[in-house]
Amino acid sequence: MPLPIENLDKLAKKLMLSLQDYSLFCWQTISNVGRAPHYWGDVMTQADLIGVGSLPIVVLTGFFTGAVLALQSAASLAQFGAQAYTGQFVSLSMIRELAPVLTGLMVSGRNASGMASELGSMVVTEQIDAMRALGTDPMKKLVTPRVLSTVIMLFLLTIVSDTVGTAGGAAVAVLISKQNGTQYFTSAYHALVYADIAQGLTKPLFFGFIISTVGCYFGMKTTGGTQGVGRATTQAVVVSSVLIIFSDFILSRAMLWLYSGI
Amino acid sequence: MDDYTEEYTKLDLTKTANLAKDAVVRFENVSIAFDGPPVLENVSFEVAAGETRILLGPAGVGKSVLLKLTNGLLCPDAGSIYLFGQEISHLPEKQLFALRTRTGMVFQEGALFDSLTVRDNVGYQLMERLLPAEEIDQRVHEALRFVELDHTFSMLPSSLSGGMRRRVAIARAIIDQPDLLIYDSPTGGLDPVTSTTINELIVKERDVYKTPALLVTHRLQDAFTMATHTYDSAQSKMVPLPEGQINTNTTFLVLHEGKLIFDGTTQDLVVSNDPFIKEFLA
Repeated sequence: MPLPIENLDKLAKKLMLSLQDYSLFCWQTISNVGRAPHYWGDVMTQADLIGVGSLPIVVLTGFFTGAVLALQSAASLAQFGAQAYTGQFVSLSMIRELAPVLTGLMVSGRNASGMASELGSMVVTEQIDAMRALGTDPMKKLVTPRVLSTVIMLFLLTIVSDTVGTAGGAAVAVLISKQNGTQYFTSAYHALVYADIAQGLTKPLFFGFIISTVGCYFGMKTTGGTQGVGRATTQAVVVSSVLIIFSDFILSRAMLWLYSGI
Repeated sequence: MDDYTEEYTKLDLTKTANLAKDAVVRFENVSIAFDGPPVLENVSFEVAAGETRILLGPAGVGKSVLLKLTNGLLCPDAGSIYLFGQEISHLPEKQLFALRTRTGMVFQEGALFDSLTVRDNVGYQLMERLLPAEEIDQRVHEALRFVELDHTFSMLPSSLSGGMRRRVAIARAIIDQPDLLIYDSPTGGLDPVTSTTINELIVKERDVYKTPALLVTHRLQDAFTMATHTYDSAQSKMVPLPEGQINTNTTFLVLHEGKLIFDGTTQDLVVSNDPFIKEFLA
């Protein structure tokens, strides 16, 4: 029976090899962007599937997150006579943090799993080998369009989430907390500075890259038949979700340092 | 001109010269292993122009691995593999993509793209080369007529039977008139009638277009059918060769426990004294 330290050693090696493999995968994906042939048609198809397809869940999540933020904050702020700051609280929270992260998590749950299962099924049914045998690079044909479209569409979906989140907050502030709508929007608008927008819109670019590369990576590395496809799908969602939250912390720290010198 | 087109042009120019000079495929002491004992060990053989080589062996002996090594889908651990005279063992994937367009491969289960129609599956290579849609349609119809499945043009693979999928896979492999055909158990899991249809298509491709081929099967009956039959264009069907005659361009390879234990003609195979071959043929 191997000693626990030997198992640890094997696990560490496996982890490092996976990290190396994933890094090479990402590098290949990025370097393929500028190389012919380009599959713009596939980029558009994926943008439709990933972006337009995720719109309903992003709108619902954004709206109710904004609404619940307004509900909770209005009650707390009222204790200090600062209910008028509800708009500022909701817009800053949504734009800086919640919209990018929640949109990323929603898109990850929907699309990282979809990419892993679709590509995984293609691997186990030899469709990827068939594509290679026909002279097509699966990285260019399947991975690069998914990565490009996820990065672009997550950026746009985050803007949608920012908007509906603020609107959700406004709905609660006006209809439930009986605040003045103009006051809410003025407070929400005036609180925002360039650094907040930059922070909120930089994050989805990284999150989109993480979601798509992790989803495609686990899909392309699928082994073990249909059971392997299920495993790859679960791993893709778990790893991309954890990486989104982890990278959010790193990015927030970097942005604060960059824009505020904190 | 982009890298991809440039690679195509370069290969086209050298295509004929290479074919005349070298064997279409040559394995030299090829070995490969996957986390365990070697799957293939010191395998050496050749496929000459116009030749059909049938690779026999029990299930799990490494036949499909050998086929994937042939067009660079896998890299050997040791030895050299030459495809159209070019050493491919350590060739970058980018150059392999261009080289693979000169081969046609039929996978074990067909490996059709399930989200594409039969038209898009068969015409895939032509679509990748951005040929006009009319030309693609015309050539897809021709290839589908060859496998007698012209009526499936607009269908999806999910609505085809197992045998029809294999035939579509053959159409996809032959549409661009490849210089080498690779068949991975094309009749595996099919009923005898459908298997005969597939065998007839392979014999037709061999006798009409004289395309060299490397074919894997564990069904002896199919292998001997190919060696003892010819395609009669006048009757448009496969017919047996006269008594005592065999197709001299169809020869055999036998794999056993990762080693190539036989490389020769049908007659040599039948009279072989190797205990495994005797048992395998019995």
